[in-house]
Amino acid sequence: MTRLPPLAFGTWPASWAKAPERHGLVSHGNGRSKMTRKQRRMTMIAAAGGVLAVAVGLILVALNDQIVFFQSPSDIVGKQLPDGQRIRLGGLVEEGSVERGANAEVRFAVTDTVESVKVVYVGLLPDLFREGQGVVTEGVMKGDGWFHADNVLAKHDENYMPKEVAEALKGKGVWQGEE
Amino acid sequence: MDLANPTRFMSFSGRLLPWLGGACALAFAAGLYLTFFVAPDDYQQGATVKIMFLHVPAAWLAMMCYSIMAISALGTLVWKHPLADVSARAAAPIGAAFTFLSLVTGSLWGKPMWGTYWVWDARLTSVLVLFVMYLGLIALWRTMEDPIRAGKAAAVLTLVGAVNLPIIKFSVDWWNTLHQPASVMRLDGPTIHPTILWPLLTMALAFTLLFLVMHLMAMRNEILRRRLRTLQLGAAGTRVAAARPQAAE
Repeated sequence: MTRLPPLAFGTWPASWAKAPERHGLVSHGNGRSKMTRKQRRMTMIAAAGGVLAVAVGLILVALNDQIVFFQSPSDIVGKQLPDGQRIRLGGLVEEGSVERGANAEVRFAVTDTVESVKVVYVGLLPDLFREGQGVVTEGVMKGDGWFHADNVLAKHDENYMPKEVAEALKGKGVWQGEE
Repeated sequence: MDLANPTRFMSFSGRLLPWLGGACALAFAAGLYLTFFVAPDDYQQGATVKIMFLHVPAAWLAMMCYSIMAISALGTLVWKHPLADVSARAAAPIGAAFTFLSLVTGSLWGKPMWGTYWVWDARLTSVLVLFVMYLGLIALWRTMEDPIRAGKAAAVLTLVGAVNLPIIKFSVDWWNTLHQPASVMRLDGPTIHPTILWPLLTMALAFTLLFLVMHLMAMRNEILRRRLRTLQLGAAGTRVAAARPQAAE
């Protein structure tokens, strides 16, 4: 096929708006119509796209353990973690579990409503941290049964509403709070 | 209307642009008013929720822009449509800007709410990959002198990168992430109260109009740039052509 410079107006192919087959017959006398070549290109792209999607899908499934941002208490309870391995533990701060000690030490439990892990952390907590709130903590599981976190991130949920609406919903008992 | 012809496209877009620009200004005026004077503070996040009115439309547009580039790439590869590559090439820097805006606003929102500017979770990482894709595409277009060859190579890379779009969208559902799941585009309806949702949608409309205005303007510039190139090549080629038989059909 001739390489026309794009948008070279002197040689603009007049057939852009007309029947594409005609253009194909004019420029290629070998009996192959333009439509077939377009369909062939489309099929090739679709096939390549399918293969690519499957390949990427397989990679993502294989890397699932690396892609997840945190592990839930159920994932780590009963599993023998190598000593000193840093992990992220995510879940809800268990209701009634938060105890504040001296020197900004905080002890709380992270739960996924099935299992729960006790966490100790020294430092400043994010504003959204409170009981029932989703958190992601980063640290090491020590032999004393406590998860020693050196970083606590708050996770907020996908609900947005004005304060009055939240209180009204809570009052009616329709809505049980975050998460 | 036959917009495939760049001359018609130029006159049509020239007439359309002032109206689009006006609509965009109105939508921004309405959106910003709703954002700052009507939308209430969130029950959990307080006034920081205002960042959402920039962050979410920017992120949507970042993905919409790439979708448009992917469709344009099909137009380049399958139909060899001359405006398809112009559209894709003009969209890339705009998409990169929207992606950058969503990354920066997200980071500024993350610090007060999550307690960190950045984490390598699936959503944030896949959006960063999108940003790098935009930069790579812009670079690829610029490395090749011949616009047709550059356009083809960029179209292939654009389509390969399109695999990232569903990953970005569903990253928050497929893996656990620090980023929360979708609030607006979800099967069981939005989880944002209407008083916050409507300002957000108005801002999204304003961002979409802004994208259209900038995209049309960038396409017009790209067409003029290519016309100029053709003219320059033509002027240089007439001397050469006299000495050599013409190869074109």
